[in-house]
Amino acid sequence: MSTNTYDAIVIGSGISGGWAAKELTEKGLKTIMLERGKNIEHIKDYVNANKPSWEFEHRGGRTQKMIEDYPVLKRDYPLNEVNLDYWTNEKESPYTEIKRFDWFRGYHVGGRSLMWGRQSYRWHDTDFEANLKDGIGTDWPIRYKDLHDWYGYAERFAGISGNKDGVPILPDGDFMPPMDMNIVEKDIQKRYKEFYKDARHFIIGRTANITVPHNNRTNCQYRNKCWLGCPFGAYFSTQSATLPAAMATGNLTVRPWSIVTRILYDKDTKKAKGVEIMDAETNKTYEYYAKVVFVNASALNSAWVLMNSATDVWEGGLGSSSGQLGHNLMDHHLGVGAGGRVEGFEDKYTFGRRANGIYIPRYRNLNGEKRDYIRGFGYQGGGSRSGWSRDIAEMNIGGDFKDALSEPGSWGFGMGGFGETLPYHENRAYLDKTKKDKWGLPILAIDAECKDNERKMRIDMMNDAKEMLENAGVKDVKTYTSEPVLGRGIHEMGTARMGRDPKSSVLNGNNQVWDAKNVFVTDGAAMTSAACQNPSLTYMALTARAADFAVKELKKGNI
Amino acid sequence: MNRRDAISRVGLILGGTVIGAELFMSGCKSGSTVNTDDLFAKETTAFLNEVGETILPETSTPGAKAANVGGFMAIMVRDCYTADDQKVFKKGLSQLDEASNKKFKKSFMEADAKQRTELLTDLDKEAKEYSTKKKPEDPNHYFSMIKQLTLLGYFTSEVGATKALRYLPVPGKYIGDYPYKKGDRAWALS
Repeated sequence: MSTNTYDAIVIGSGISGGWAAKELTEKGLKTIMLERGKNIEHIKDYVNANKPSWEFEHRGGRTQKMIEDYPVLKRDYPLNEVNLDYWTNEKESPYTEIKRFDWFRGYHVGGRSLMWGRQSYRWHDTDFEANLKDGIGTDWPIRYKDLHDWYGYAERFAGISGNKDGVPILPDGDFMPPMDMNIVEKDIQKRYKEFYKDARHFIIGRTANITVPHNNRTNCQYRNKCWLGCPFGAYFSTQSATLPAAMATGNLTVRPWSIVTRILYDKDTKKAKGVEIMDAETNKTYEYYAKVVFVNASALNSAWVLMNSATDVWEGGLGSSSGQLGHNLMDHHLGVGAGGRVEGFEDKYTFGRRANGIYIPRYRNLNGEKRDYIRGFGYQGGGSRSGWSRDIAEMNIGGDFKDALSEPGSWGFGMGGFGETLPYHENRAYLDKTKKDKWGLPILAIDAECKDNERKMRIDMMNDAKEMLENAGVKDVKTYTSEPVLGRGIHEMGTARMGRDPKSSVLNGNNQVWDAKNVFVTDGAAMTSAACQNPSLTYMALTARAADFAVKELKKGNI
Repeated sequence: MNRRDAISRVGLILGGTVIGAELFMSGCKSGSTVNTDDLFAKETTAFLNEVGETILPETSTPGAKAANVGGFMAIMVRDCYTADDQKVFKKGLSQLDEASNKKFKKSFMEADAKQRTELLTDLDKEAKEYSTKKKPEDPNHYFSMIKQLTLLGYFTSEVGATKALRYLPVPGKYIGDYPYKKGDRAWALS
């Protein structure tokens, strides 16, 4: 056995890659995890995690230099001084925007598991059946029952805190104790319940922050600095959870600076025999061989790897025989919601900075309702007292002004929607062969947009937010909306979708590439529809399920 | 500001202007470069510290001068402002002095505390009126910039965060129903 030969190769080290590595190594497979970027070591490399605000020269803000260097990242909140190193260098790794697409990437060990929002929700059969019922895209090859146990398995290991709310559309999970709502959120919840009864729900967010100690990880300390990397290991990331578990087996090798340039496809066996990588530091190429390959490079880059593979057999790459590779690109559309003032509670405040908020699960187009659009949306939000950055209209400058700003202001409540986008075939990414990245590799062109269904949905997302907050007693409610932009939800999905037929899907119901049965894709690329829930928990469950299947198939000699 | 905070915050700030917030979200293109070296001169730092101290003076807690907001403003204007804003800010320093000369026949540094407060109270009103009327493409008012940077620089400084506010790096728990009485200080955000 050569030193470049393993049982399994995992491409990517983010949420799904970490899970693949953990599951495969725990089942005894010698595995190499290939990560295109640098290593980030748990705790040691979270260099800003314990810095107070005054140790940042610009107090966390953005400089003109940063704005110039990050023309995409600057479009939304991620461009900042405190975790800049976690975001991909856009000059080294450009992409072509046929239409605006905000692609916020993290190229390092852990991927975006280090910066993710951590909201973790199960899907429901309504979601898995949606395409079939609507006659859109293709039908999911699986249903909730296929993932039910795997959701529980993922939740128990990752550590998801949440409340068993009994909301039919949003199945309860195997939760750690929930985080608490604050006094104002509880008051709004009470009024909300009085108004909407069981038709709509206002619940505490379900988040991958542990609320009790778990697997040598310390429970959440309520600093709300998760995206700097947590020295307590209190939120789920590759570094805090899956990587230590995989390393503990003795079966895992991690190779940073390894850009997988293609999967090596063997025409005779109709399987992959390994991958080719380029060392990102030396530009040298190497080959690694294995019996099974898991592709977890995130939706767009997983498609990119497939497009560059087996091109001697299929011009469009491995998985392109379906005509679907790179197509059906989805995200969640957001940037619409409402907020307002909450009267009273001047004698109440909060202690600690909760890295979580409230959630309103989908309620539209259910139980026979038919709006002028299909599917639905949920909301995330929270209540808080304002701080020193508020305006005090009747005050200008001086000692009283300073002392007033040193105290908390009045309470407010704000929330924003996350809407489902449909899998439009024409929303796609493809290789732009006219341009190359720093390593001379072809880059992606992305051509995708929100359409009528999303735009109509956003009208409800805005107006419903106002109406619900007013019905729950919030005052001076004001709405906001924006031009919907794909990518901004940072939930890219669909570019190598699962399906029931090799003619219309890239993957089968076990996340196997139809055209190469020992290649599995279990990140956002696999998603057949987008639902409106944050998707990462579903990637975890899909990955664990596919890894279990892959190892069983290996043992049976089927792959 | 992470995503969840950003989502709640957009809703929360709708009610009024948030001083200082746009610094974290602005995405203007930087134009030609402006030399900002003079903002780091000792006299300029002293001047900006006195302006800052007039906006946020020492009370039972230290004032803006103790947080060296003058030095902070120079860094922020140099690194974070667009060339257009840099010009407005630089010119604003002499405009502020001119306003003082006009009103008191004294430079700002020569004016006494009461006069400084009177002058900056006028300028604050002027800036607020200007801001409500200004179109997005119009330049910002220099006093709005000074005030924003003073607040940001002070409340995120060590003295501001630990003396004017309550600084608690590792709360360890969350209490959503925590007693509050008038006079209790707000928590520093980090």
